[in-house]
Amino acid sequence: MPAETAPQTDPTQWLLAVRDHRDRAAFLLLFQYFAPRLKGMLMRGGLRDGSAEDVVQDVMLAVWHKAAQFDPHRAEASAWIYRIARNRRIDLARRKPPPEPEILAEPEDTEPDAAQILALGQEAALLRSALGALAPDQARVLEQAYFEELPHSRISELTGIPLGTIKSRIRLGLERLRRDLNDLRQP
Amino acid sequence: MTPITHHLSDALLDAYVTGNLDHPFAVVVAAHLSLCDSCRARAEAAEMLGGALLDRIAPAPVSPGAQDRLLAALDHAPPPPRPITGSGIFPAPVMQALGGQPPKWRMLGGGIRQQILSAGADGALRLLYIPAGRAVPEHSHGGLELTLVLQGSFADSQGRFGRGDVEIAQDDLDHQPVAGSGAPCICLAATDAPLRFRAMIPRLLQPLFRI
Repeated sequence: MPAETAPQTDPTQWLLAVRDHRDRAAFLLLFQYFAPRLKGMLMRGGLRDGSAEDVVQDVMLAVWHKAAQFDPHRAEASAWIYRIARNRRIDLARRKPPPEPEILAEPEDTEPDAAQILALGQEAALLRSALGALAPDQARVLEQAYFEELPHSRISELTGIPLGTIKSRIRLGLERLRRDLNDLRQP
Repeated sequence: MTPITHHLSDALLDAYVTGNLDHPFAVVVAAHLSLCDSCRARAEAAEMLGGALLDRIAPAPVSPGAQDRLLAALDHAPPPPRPITGSGIFPAPVMQALGGQPPKWRMLGGGIRQQILSAGADGALRLLYIPAGRAVPEHSHGGLELTLVLQGSFADSQGRFGRGDVEIAQDDLDHQPVAGSGAPCICLAATDAPLRFRAMIPRLLQPLFRI
């Protein structure tokens, strides 16, 4: 794993400390890492400085309260927090909460599968380097899709752009996710 | 239980994960994700990409007091209410759309019933109840229609659809779904904006599909 991507696993460790120990020092680290990024994301989505910061507060509060739902076998902290921020953005724009799939909870006494968590982290690191290798305009389309509201006509472009590397990375990642989901359903 | 054979398209999954799918369609997608492990994994993998993009976005510094305000709020803000969970054949997103209550069916004739869950400029969402063996009159669409089977089955020119299967019907599809034998077929269906939709359907069918 390249040295510069290794620290990316830290936010997941911080989130686990919040989840398992209500660790405020770890929560502060999460805030310092994610608050400026979330604010950047929300401002790209069209919010002004002040309201973006209010939404960042909402999102980080939700991170604190919903941490028990975080499952490191299936997501890294950044993906999980992205989802919370996306839902908050939809909630504000439509004035109704977005539908969320059924929560899949591990049985209480499940031991964490370190190999699975590590493998997911490695997949995510590969995904990041594939993302870093994209041409700037390809990356921009993705950023637009994930951070802004796309006009309908552009949604089909998402699947049309040449993202072979990324897609195959996602596919590898989802093989593991799928196995894990199957395990969750048939313990 | 028969395995799910009709899945979500990449375009629908991408639009859902990025928050670009209108509410009625998002409910159908979320309901399918509650039933289908392989699409759930595809969606979560696409969210990994969202996380990777968030990691590398240019940070916008927050104001100096933000951290202290948040810490103070940890002790005072009430935790969010427990989300509505699934019940019976209805997965969580459907129960959320039902407000936590069982459906209140409205008769449409021919034994077919429906409950409209939402309707507006972003499209319409409804539950449909079709008795076993009954045909829904032939119709075409003024846009996209997304149908998820929650109980029983139906068949049309696109194939057979059982619990968890989702049919993606574009505006050019003429189809006549027939409910399978056995249990009544209960579906969750999202359609495009009602005005476009209404203009496309025969007058005869308006009592069935009108908002």
